Amino acid sequence: MAQQLKQLGDSVLWTKLDSAASWARKNSLWPMPFATACCGIELMAASSSRHDLSRFGSEVMRFSPRQCDLMIVAGRVVMKMLPVLQRIWQQMSEPKWCISMGACACTGGVFDTYSVVQGIDRFIPVDMYIPGCPPRPEQLIRALLDLQDKIQNTGTVHFTEFAKRETPEGPVVFEADEIARIRNQDRMKLSLPIYNPRH
Amino acid sequence: MPLQLTDVDVDDFGRKEGLWTLNFGPQHPATHTTLRLLLTVDGEEVVDAEPDIGFLHSGFEKLGEVLDFNQYVTIVDRMNYISPMANEIAWHHAVEKLLDIELTPRCKYIRTIFAELMRIHDHLLCIGACVLDLGGITSFMYASNEREKIFEICERATGQRFHTSYTRVGGLMFDLCDDAIKMIRDFLRDFDRNYRDIDRLVSRNRIFVERTQGIGKLSREEAISGGATGPVARASGVARDLRRDEPYLAYGDLDFDVICSTEGDCYARYIVRMLEIQESLKIIHQAVESLPSGPIFAEGTGKEFMPEKQEVYQSIEGLIHHFESIMPNRQMSPPRGSLYAATESPNGELGYDFVSDGNFRAYRARTRPPSLIHFSLFPQLIRGCMLSDVVAVLGSLNIIAAELDR
Amino acid sequence: MSCKDNLDKLLPGKSRTWTKFKDQDRVIVPAADLTETMRTLRDQCSMDMLVDVTGVDWLDYEGAKDRFEVVYCLLNVESGERLVVSVMLNEPDLEVDSMTSLYKSADWLEREVYDMFGITFKGHPNPKRLLLPELFAAFPLRKDYPVQGRGERHNFPVITRAES
Repeated sequence: MAQQLKQLGDSVLWTKLDSAASWARKNSLWPMPFATACCGIELMAASSSRHDLSRFGSEVMRFSPRQCDLMIVAGRVVMKMLPVLQRIWQQMSEPKWCISMGACACTGGVFDTYSVVQGIDRFIPVDMYIPGCPPRPEQLIRALLDLQDKIQNTGTVHFTEFAKRETPEGPVVFEADEIARIRNQDRMKLSLPIYNPRH
Repeated sequence: MPLQLTDVDVDDFGRKEGLWTLNFGPQHPATHTTLRLLLTVDGEEVVDAEPDIGFLHSGFEKLGEVLDFNQYVTIVDRMNYISPMANEIAWHHAVEKLLDIELTPRCKYIRTIFAELMRIHDHLLCIGACVLDLGGITSFMYASNEREKIFEICERATGQRFHTSYTRVGGLMFDLCDDAIKMIRDFLRDFDRNYRDIDRLVSRNRIFVERTQGIGKLSREEAISGGATGPVARASGVARDLRRDEPYLAYGDLDFDVICSTEGDCYARYIVRMLEIQESLKIIHQAVESLPSGPIFAEGTGKEFMPEKQEVYQSIEGLIHHFESIMPNRQMSPPRGSLYAATESPNGELGYDFVSDGNFRAYRARTRPPSLIHFSLFPQLIRGCMLSDVVAVLGSLNIIAAELDR
Repeated sequence: MSCKDNLDKLLPGKSRTWTKFKDQDRVIVPAADLTETMRTLRDQCSMDMLVDVTGVDWLDYEGAKDRFEVVYCLLNVESGERLVVSVMLNEPDLEVDSMTSLYKSADWLEREVYDMFGITFKGHPNPKRLLLPELFAAFPLRKDYPVQGRGERHNFPVITRAES
């Protein structure tokens, strides 16, 4: 047996099935550009001449959700758009991942207004966050590489890694007024001895 | 939404015809942005189109009532996101009109240079994307090369590649450095060759010409009644350009032509944009060569001006000045009243109609968005055209969703 | 001859208030006279482009007498002359004539004003909301509406990883 294996040499590779499947998946991510605003322009820049996204195996932008496995949400998502986003996410076939690109998609960014959803991770699962307003194309490429690592490290053939997650991923989010209330409490606790002129 | 048979009615000749409703968007590659069209089609012919917008309505105008004149620059940047600095210039143009600030010559010239760079950037993306939708990817890549160069200039000059937030009330964040001027000169030198590439590839390309000529015709009367401005109006023979008619910044001193066409179709709009790029180059060339020296902030130490950063960090007077100009209860109070001021943004007349209540922020900051007005013309442009012309007309109007919905 | 003198000559005896701020003429007309004034301006003073229609809520403004204002910015394309016409409205009767028969550009702009302020336009061909969803209950640019809204932005179902 050992003799026969030796004869085969480099033509045989020992690996786990999970790992092989993940390797294949991570190197052929087909993005679905859900570009709504400014970040969409940087997404275009990332896929065009100077920063060539195809070097990383994901230049095949497909605008039909049925053909994609990576959704890049680039730009703010507002009340009217969120049902569309959720529907497109549900139309994508497994396995699928989501990159939330830019401050607006991650947290609402500078738009803390009545119509902007304060972070898409409240309503759909997100795998990778990119900060920046808008992020540079290099940052998008970095996120893509990180996502590839994540797929390699956690991926399984039967997508059991997705079944474990019960809630949308991402940081725990507060309501804006909640944050303000907490800050005010802290200020009252901390600031009195320092800033009160009578002391 | 799948294709549906909506209506069966009888035409003038007594034949029954089936009209179909086709949903276009809000997530569609050719919309570039987020807008939705409900097209009623008769076979391949578009009978009617009903736009549905608001998929990117983010409350810009409500934010304008909360943030002060300097802070709101960061928000207007994100309005027309393919020419960010043009929005800043328009916003501060309106604010300076309210506060009666006369800019220094250097500041005027720097703003003019950037306004024109943004015009080139906007037109390049518009042309590239329009041709991309009609099936040619090469010119988009060529245009993208040049756009990256403009981004680099912005990054060197302002520290940010995309949303620069460079202007301040009565001046600029900081002076334009020599490196950036050199980069602009290099850009001007190299641009011609790449421009010719795009021109030779597209302007006489038979596929492009046949798909755009005679499509989406807008007559002069319709353009005026519909409120069209900018390249869309100029392609229909409305010879109006705020740079020439209501000169602001340094445009009064510089020599340039207003490009006009009388055709009013998609091809005319493309040609007007191409030629405007050349006029912009001419303007930048003159402005860079005659860039005056001197301060970038207007004379005086009023609270409306931000002090220079070095001064803030190194002297107590500068720090106090900075404090006075940013604290809401210590800021200067502008005159009370309502005012409309507009500039020529790459897309058309970008105006701000705002009400001041004596605070250093607007009581009501209304944007007059050219994209909204142009998109409202869309149904009448597309009526009677073929289904494949929808993308050609959309591309030639250059609709930017963030400006459309605000 | 400026638009101001012209209008006073063509439509004498009507009450209207002229103001001037930074070289810009503004005229406030009663809501009943709006259509007539605009028609005169378009046909006889060649103000042929309606540049902008917008609204203002004067609720928090110090010393304001009326609640709402609808503002029409007009432009003479040939001469470049601008004029701002506005109408004041108060709470129970928030209705003003639609300008869509005179200017095509008024269509969407008036819908936007309705969307943001709840001012209705009599005779508008398509009086629906323009930017916000049809079911949205409030008028967000009114001053009594908070910037961060009343929670409408988060009123959606959540999709978890396991169920998608």
